Amino acid sequence: MKDMSQIANAVETGTNKISARDVNVFYGDSQAIKGVDVEISNNTVTAFIGPSGCGKSTFLRCLNRMNDTIDICRVTGTIRLDGEDIYDKRVDPVQLRAKVGMVFQKPNPFPKSIYDNVAYGPRIHGLARSKSDLDEVVERALRRGAIWNEVKDRLYAPGTGLSGGQQQRLCIARAVATEPEVLLMDEPCSALDPIATAQVEELIDELRENFAVVIVTHSMQQAARVSQNTAFFHLGELVEYGETGQIFTNPQDPRTESYITGRIG
Amino acid sequence: MPLTWLILFLFALAALGFIAGRVRAVNSAGGDVRELHSLPNYYGWNVALTALVPALAVLVVWLFVQPLMIERSVSGMIPEELIPEGSQRSLVMSDVRRVAHGLDMAVRQGALSEDDASDIRAGFTDLRGRLADVGVALGSDVRPEVLSAAQRYRQLNATGTLWQSIIVAALALGGLTLAYTRTHKGFRARNVVERAILALLILAASIAVLTTLGIVLSMLFETRNFFGLHSWSDFFFGTTWAPNFRGDSELSILPLLWGTLYISFIALAVAVPVGLFAAIYLSEYASAALRSFAKPLLEILAGIPTIVYGMFALLTVGPMLVNFFGRGPDGVLGVDWMSGATSVLTAGVVMGIMLIPFVSSLSDDIINSVPQSLRDGSYGLGATQSETVRQVVLPAALPGIVGAVLLAASRAIGETMIVVMGAGAIAKFSLNPLESMTTITTRIVSQLTGDTDFASPETLVAFALGLTLFVLTLGLNILALYIVRKYREQYE
Repeated sequence: MKDMSQIANAVETGTNKISARDVNVFYGDSQAIKGVDVEISNNTVTAFIGPSGCGKSTFLRCLNRMNDTIDICRVTGTIRLDGEDIYDKRVDPVQLRAKVGMVFQKPNPFPKSIYDNVAYGPRIHGLARSKSDLDEVVERALRRGAIWNEVKDRLYAPGTGLSGGQQQRLCIARAVATEPEVLLMDEPCSALDPIATAQVEELIDELRENFAVVIVTHSMQQAARVSQNTAFFHLGELVEYGETGQIFTNPQDPRTESYITGRIG
Repeated sequence: MPLTWLILFLFALAALGFIAGRVRAVNSAGGDVRELHSLPNYYGWNVALTALVPALAVLVVWLFVQPLMIERSVSGMIPEELIPEGSQRSLVMSDVRRVAHGLDMAVRQGALSEDDASDIRAGFTDLRGRLADVGVALGSDVRPEVLSAAQRYRQLNATGTLWQSIIVAALALGGLTLAYTRTHKGFRARNVVERAILALLILAASIAVLTTLGIVLSMLFETRNFFGLHSWSDFFFGTTWAPNFRGDSELSILPLLWGTLYISFIALAVAVPVGLFAAIYLSEYASAALRSFAKPLLEILAGIPTIVYGMFALLTVGPMLVNFFGRGPDGVLGVDWMSGATSVLTAGVVMGIMLIPFVSSLSDDIINSVPQSLRDGSYGLGATQSETVRQVVLPAALPGIVGAVLLAASRAIGETMIVVMGAGAIAKFSLNPLESMTTITTRIVSQLTGDTDFASPETLVAFALGLTLFVLTLGLNILALYIVRKYREQYE
């Protein structure tokens, strides 16, 4: 399996998309993220790994300012998307989230039809000029979400009636439909069975043709399979960041090695 | 008095049994509590409960059954011709009971000896005078048949009470002995006690259910009596509500139903938007500090007694509306559409205010139970807060909100005090909300208060109205609960 993923990973990675400098996150008085610097490239899958509570999800949620919805959360440092500081006062977090889409740990389809789930984002942002235009957008998103063939005959059935794996791919399609530039995935496979996981992983690899993908995962095998770059977080710090193959085969930091070989975590 | 003593005896016996059972259990294990199947107290409770419960149960049943049995046996002694024209056997029986009670009093106060009381003859002594001396007034002289019935009544009562004490005490002692002898270290006292607790819970639940059933049945019977006296087609399909006591009342529910529904509709038109918007603000926008302060404040509205709302309707809202819509050139609008303070609008608006906390509190719970993950999903797609509320949160919460509105509607339909004071008393079909109108509940109040004769349709109609109201609100409640439950299942 390792060999296969190595082959799949041998795709040109792109230019720099997001750069974070000295990011600190506080929840009230406790500091969840300590001085993290990261560069995230276009057309690349970047994996954040690390033990539970190490801050990788918190950091991911900084990238589209989802932490703004939590009252006690405070972020310092700079995060630039295409050179523009996303925490600048002039940036509307709502617009930002349209550019930086997000897929969550648990599939969370809205209690609407499959079609309306996918059409939600395009409708809000006015991406479709007409009904037939919207139909096209929805179909394209569902095809990119690798779920079109399974749902094309029941687009108007409720999205909550799909299986767990289908729901997660629907959520990915929904995120893709707003044409984001970056796709953040917070443990997208942790609620899925192995077959659904394999389908989603395959999909992630296809998605990087169009987006920068950042994925938080608990599974090191998953990180090794889908990502080109890996960042290892421990206790709120970014311990090591580099090319996936190198992190897994030749880690520089002893803590990384301990985690990968299962001694801490 | 013997009843009090009997009950005290039972409880003393139970307390004794508790201690005895506990001691015996501990002894059977040789003093080592760990050898016992259950904790020592369970053995104590087992003995106490086995002594107490069957005895108390028999006592309760006995207390209900004995008067019925005695009544039946004594009332056979009253000859048919003794019952006056137009009167009933039960009236004579109440005389019998009063005489018996008077004899009891006389004996207790020493005016009569026990032997005198049983041998006394109505013809020879001035019984009425002697009973009056001890404070029991009789309407007429005591007839010999009534007196002998009363004496028989006393005698049966005395025997019954004696046997009651004997049997109940014997049962308690028997239970105590049985449980005591069974107490041994291997006996599963804990399981027995837990079954007793289960029985207690079942009893509590069935009391609630049986009471409902009893109320419905009594209404059903009275309603049947009503329909025996009045045509059902007039009740359901007539168009006039005009009770009188000449015997040709028109008692139709339709004008009342119209008033009820109209007022409820106005109340909901006030309560639903205000309550729902308040709930959305409190659950989605308000900060935690504001929320913890505003929510209880809003719910205080729910604690105001409806009579206070009624006063508010009559004294504040009504005159205010008259000032707007009435008084001709002197009024704010210069029109003369409204003459009195009581009107559909007055009652509806005030009832709406009463329902605001009801709607907002239920909707708030429902909106809060929409999973955060749905909101996150929507924010993650670049939706604003109001887009999220309108397009994700509210549709997800809609079935629950509909349920809340239906519950509020059933309260509005059954609400009494506000409409009694604010709506007026005229039963009619009208679309004008500034006129007074009346509702089913107000008519029930007016038909049952004051001098009433429970054999006339004008009074019995209250039961038919009550039953209709009950069916209406029950239907709404069932529908609401069904919708709410269906919605709950979605997120489990």
